[in-house]
Amino acid sequence: MSLLELKDVRIAYGGVEAVHGISLAVERGRIATILGANGAGKTTTLRAISGLIRPRSGSIRLADADISQTPAHEIVNRGIAHVPEGRRVFSTLTVEENLRLGAYRHRGHPEKVSSNMGRVYKLFPRLEERRQQLAGTLSGGEQQMLAIGRGLMPDPDILLLDEPSLGLAPKLVQEIFRVVRKINEQGVTVLLVEQNARLALRVSNYAYVLETGRIVLSGPADGLRRDPRVKKAYLGEK
Amino acid sequence: MGGVRTGVASAAESACAGRLPCRVEMAIFLEQLVNGLTVGAVYSLVALGYTMVYGVMRLINFAHGDFFMLGSYLGYTMLVTVLAQSNLPLWAMLCVATLVSVVAIACLGVFVERMAYRPLRKSSRLTAVVSAIGVSIFLQNAAMLIWGARYQAYPPWSVPEVSWTLGGVNVSLMQLLIMGISLVLMVSLYMFVQRTTVGAAIRATAIDHDTARLMGIDVDQIIRIIFVIGPGLGAIAGVLLGLYYRQIHFTVGWSYGLKAFTAAILGGIGNIPGAMVGGMLLGILEMLGAGYISAAWKDVFVFLILILLLIFRPTGILGERVAEKV
Repeated sequence: MSLLELKDVRIAYGGVEAVHGISLAVERGRIATILGANGAGKTTTLRAISGLIRPRSGSIRLADADISQTPAHEIVNRGIAHVPEGRRVFSTLTVEENLRLGAYRHRGHPEKVSSNMGRVYKLFPRLEERRQQLAGTLSGGEQQMLAIGRGLMPDPDILLLDEPSLGLAPKLVQEIFRVVRKINEQGVTVLLVEQNARLALRVSNYAYVLETGRIVLSGPADGLRRDPRVKKAYLGEK
Repeated sequence: MGGVRTGVASAAESACAGRLPCRVEMAIFLEQLVNGLTVGAVYSLVALGYTMVYGVMRLINFAHGDFFMLGSYLGYTMLVTVLAQSNLPLWAMLCVATLVSVVAIACLGVFVERMAYRPLRKSSRLTAVVSAIGVSIFLQNAAMLIWGARYQAYPPWSVPEVSWTLGGVNVSLMQLLIMGISLVLMVSLYMFVQRTTVGAAIRATAIDHDTARLMGIDVDQIIRIIFVIGPGLGAIAGVLLGLYYRQIHFTVGWSYGLKAFTAAILGGIGNIPGAMVGGMLLGILEMLGAGYISAAWKDVFVFLILILLLIFRPTGILGERVAEKV
C-alpha cells in the first residue's frame, strides 16, 4: 500500500490551471522523484500536498486518509514535512530557534525536542557549531542543511524536498544527497523534486516526469535513466 | 509646579556653577524629562499594538488608537458606576477597572480582526487599510453616541494625588505608576516574544506566513494572539492616560493614536524594542518642545517628526529590515 497517493489532482492559481489532473503514489520507505523543467508544476504539486494551496479537484491521501482539505498547519501533525524551495529558513531567528519551530508539534515535550535536535546535529555537525547564529548569516549550503534538519524535527513519515540542490556547489550537492539517502535509510519516505535529474535518478527508486502540468512518463528510476526520451530531455545525452 | 528647592542635584549644580537661574532651568528640564517619559511610556504601550500588527500582517491598524480610547472610557465607566458603589480600596478599584477594560478591549480586538481584516487578508494592503479606517470611524462614533460628544473626566477621588519633590523636581505617584507599569509590561512582552516557543512562532509568522504554516503554526491563532496583546496593552494605556490627564474624549484615539503611530515609525515599524524606544523618545521630544518652545505647538513638533521621518528615514531608528520586507 502506498503511503502517499494523489489521484487526478487539478490545481489552479486564480482561475488558471497549472496542474491538469496528475496521479502518483509514493511507497512507504522509498524515495520518489518528480522531474521536470521550470514551470512544469512540480512545486505547485508539493504545495498542494502540504496544504498551502487547495487542489481544484482530485484526492490526496496519506495512509488512506484524505488530506486534500486539511489546513497546512495540521498536515505536519499527520506526518508530512515540506522543505520548501529556496530553503526559506527564518533568517532573523537563530539556527536553534529554527529547529525548535520545526518541532512546533512537540512543543509540550522538551525532551522530544532536544532528542530530535541531537539527531539533526548528528546528521549536520556544522549546524551544532552554529546553533546560536542567525540563520540568515549561514552559507547557502548550511541554510539547506538547516531547512532539511528543520523538516526532520517533527518526526515526519514522509519528507517533501523541493530542489535541495538549487544554487549549491557540486561538492555540497553530493553531501546533501548523501544525507537524503541516510534519512531514507532511517525510515523516512522521501518525495523529491529536482532539476538535477542525474543525481535524483541515482538516489531514488521511482520517478515521474512532469511536463506542463501533466505526468508524461513514470517508472522505476533505473529504467527511466536508460529511457531515450529522459536521456535527451533531462540528462543531456544523445 | 517646578518651584525652586534647595536640594538640586549636585551634577546640575556643578554644571551650572551654582547660579540660581541655572538651577531653576535644570529643574525645569528634569521635570519636562519626567513628563516626557510619562507620556512616552503611554505612547510606547500604544505603539506596540501598531508595530506588532504591522510586523505580522503588514497592516497599519488605524483602528488601534480607538481601542486605546475605548479602553479609557471603559475604565472610566467602571469607576464611576459599579466601583463607585463598592467598598473596595482605591488600588483594588483601579485594578478591577483596568482588568475589565483590558478583557473587553482584547475581545473587541479579536472580533474586529475576524470581521474586518481576515476577510481581506488576501486582498491588496490598501483595501485592508481602508477597512481599518472604517472600523476607526465606526468605533469613534459609537463612543460618541455612548459617552457623548463632550469631555468626560475621571473622578477626582479615583486619582491617587501623591507626589514628591526630588531634587527640585516634582514627581507624582501617577507618573511613577505609569512609567513602572509600562516598563514591566514592555519587558514581559519582550521576554515572551524572545524566549518562548509561541514568541518564536510569532516572529516566524512575521517573516513568512507560508513557511510558518509548514512548521505547524496556525497563523490565524498567532494573529488572534497579536490582537489580544495589542489592544490589551492599548486599553491599559487608555486607563493610565485617563488617570493622568483626567479628561477623555472620543477623539483621543486619533490624536494619541497618531502620536503612538509616529512613535512606532520612529523606532522602526514592525520592531518591538523600536516601539518602546520610539515612544519614550517621542514623549521626551514633545515635552521638551512644549517646555522650551511653545506648549501650544507641541502636536506640531510631533507631526513634523512624522513627516521628516517618512521623507528621510522611513525605516526608523531600529528598523533596517523594513524596506526589504515591503
